[in-house]
This record gives sequence, structure tokens and C-alpha cells, in this order.
Amino acid sequence: MKRILIVDDSLVIRKVARRILEGMHFEIVEAENGQAALDVCALAMPDGILLDWNMPVMDGLQFLRELRRQPAGGAPKVIFCTTENDVAHIARAVNAGADEYIMKPFDREIMQSKFREIGLC
Amino acid sequence: MSNDKPHHMPTWFDVLRREIKQSTGVVIDADRAASVASRLSPLARDHGFPDIAQLCLAMMGPRRAQIHRAVVDAMMINETSFFRDRLPFDEFRCKIMPQLLAARAASRSLRIWSAACATGQEAYSLAMMFDEDARLFSGWSIEILATDVSQSAIETARAGVYNQFQVQRGLPVSQLLRYFTRANDTWTIAEHMKSRVRFEQRNILENGPSTGSFDVICCRNLMYYFDSEGKKALLKRLHEALAPDGFLLLGATETPLGVSDEFAVSSHHPWLSARKLDRAQSQIMRPQLRLVRG
Repeated sequence: MKRILIVDDSLVIRKVARRILEGMHFEIVEAENGQAALDVCALAMPDGILLDWNMPVMDGLQFLRELRRQPAGGAPKVIFCTTENDVAHIARAVNAGADEYIMKPFDREIMQSKFREIGLC
Repeated sequence: MSNDKPHHMPTWFDVLRREIKQSTGVVIDADRAASVASRLSPLARDHGFPDIAQLCLAMMGPRRAQIHRAVVDAMMINETSFFRDRLPFDEFRCKIMPQLLAARAASRSLRIWSAACATGQEAYSLAMMFDEDARLFSGWSIEILATDVSQSAIETARAGVYNQFQVQRGLPVSQLLRYFTRANDTWTIAEHMKSRVRFEQRNILENGPSTGSFDVICCRNLMYYFDSEGKKALLKRLHEALAPDGFLLLGATETPLGVSDEFAVSSHHPWLSARKLDRAQSQIMRPQLRLVRG
């Protein structure tokens, strides 16, 4: 079973995303900011990461740059999932190493489409 | 004493079902009266009719053309997405494109028909594919015609403006960035993509495009809504429009098997088929199905 790390400071978003992703037969781990997500990745690198942008302590973009610098940090597929939905933000995310991008609000169909796009289902 | 049997007066739903089937081939299930009523109620109100029955009767009255078009627009299901189901587009790129590159090397010309294109995502997906493979088709003429019976769907397709949900279904972020611009929460496809597709309001069964000339026809998720008689008529029409060695792509749950024997169906994908060659044609052209497999 593939493991997905949900990184979001909103408990509600983490719950909604968890419900959808568990329905897609993923194992789920959660973190509430970028630093906590790095700690999770240091223990065991997930197969995929669903990543919010704006979070306290460490934001999503900082986390992604840190992750991609690590020896095994290139492996997880990363999908940004954020309310930042302008071209400039999307381009910055892709340039930093994001594989896909979800503009909130999302639904089950969008989530499935994006995870299919990156080859995790 | 009259021997006449009791005469069944047609209801608004009978009239509607008959008119929609005659004009589009689409069969509305007999148990869908309630859902159809809720779909048509706003339309009846907008056109000043007291109820749906009057709206449906008007489909045969003096304002026939206008009302008919509005009802057809309201009844058509415009469910679609970019690169819908993905696999047909992969097959197109990996199996069909190489064959057409070889088969049309002399004419350097391809004609693609996205039939029942709804709001245009399929046609634009094809246009994006050809744009990404532009090097292969340098100097070629690639024509993409996209048609739909619904005028409003065609107008949406021509505008090429999609909402945030539509551009996230099936469309990779790399293509969103490359081919779309964002304004006021909507995403508009680039002008050079719009110019690659010609959208026309057409009814496949009544005034489809000219015959025998399309190298690929995508007619996905339309046949599903037809009865067996309609399916036969549709496949006959598509067969006529397809080049002798052309390809037909249907929806994931659709196949010519059991409906028409004029197509050679892929053993891997029942929705993918090639037009069968007649004896004279087969002497000058290689059978395509063999190449589709594998």
C-alpha cells in the first residue's frame, strides 16, 4: 500500500483529504506544517505528499526546497494543494519541484485525476 | 358502435422523447420524466410558458426552430474533461499517430473529427497533443473539426474559457501553464490552440461533415445514449465519414461489436477500431488492425 503524507495546518482539510485518499487505498500520515513534514520524511520517505502552501513554522515552498535537497528527497511525488491559484504561484511550485498542483477547493474527482496524473493510482 | 380502441393522448414527455430522438438520436429513458421536468422547468419559465407541457408543444409550433434548439441544448449531457480516460489519448499518440505518419507521408495531411465534442475539451486535448509533437508534423496540414448538436456547447467550446474545476480534471499542470491564461477565476486556452480547432454546430445524423475523408474520428460517449437502431445509424454515418484506412475511437463502454461488422475492432480495446477495408482496398493498403494490437 502506497503511503501519502498530508501536510496542512487545517485539521478540516486534513480530514477531508484523508477520507478521499483512504478511499483510493492509500495509507495516510499527517503533518501540520513544513518542519513537521520534514521530520516525518526523515523517519520514512512517503510515496506522495499533498502539500499546502501557507502554514506557520515552515511553509510549503520552503519544505519542498528542503525536501528536494535531501539525498532521497527527489523520490516522493509532490502535489501542491492550496488557495494560491495564480499562474505565478503555480510556476514557482513547479520550478521548485512540484509534480502537480491542486487549486482549492477540490473534490474527489480532482484529487483522483491528479494522483492518476503522477502515477500513484 | 365504434370498434376503436381507447386512444392514448401523448403527454408532454412523449412529445419530448419523440422530438429529441428524431432530431438527435438520443433516447430518453421512459422513467426519467421527473428529472427531465426539473431540468426543463427553468427553460419553460425563461421562454414565458406556464408549464413544461406548453414548452414541449411549442417544439412543433411556429417558434419551432428556436424552442427546439433551446430544448435540445438543455437536454444534452455535456459531461467531458481534458484527456478524458487518458488511455485513448495514449493509444492515439503511441499507436495511431505513427501509423498515420507513415500512411500519410505523401499527402502530409491529416483530418480529425471530434464528433459530439460537447464543450470542446477533447478537441483541445488533441490540439495540445499535436502541438507537443509539432516536430513530427512539421510541414503537415492538421485539421481538427469539432462538432456538437448543442449550439450553447459549441459557443462555450469556441470561447475556450473554463472554470477552475474543469481545468483540473485530466489536464496536467504543465499543460495548464503552457496553454492557458488566467483571468477572473477562469482559464482561457491560448489563441494558437483555438486556431487549430474548427467548431461547428452539427447534428451527426442529419448534417454531418463530408464523407470518406477523416483519418480519425473520436465519437466518445454518445452511442451509449442511442437505442440499437440509432447505434446502427450512427456507426453507418461514422463509417461513411471515415477514410478507408481510418480509425474510430468510441467511449470506454462502447464498441461496434454486435452492432456493425464494418469495423475491425482492436482485441485489446473494444472502443478502438479501424474501418474494414473492402477487397479492392485491401490489395493496395495494409490491414490496420494488426498494427493496432500489441
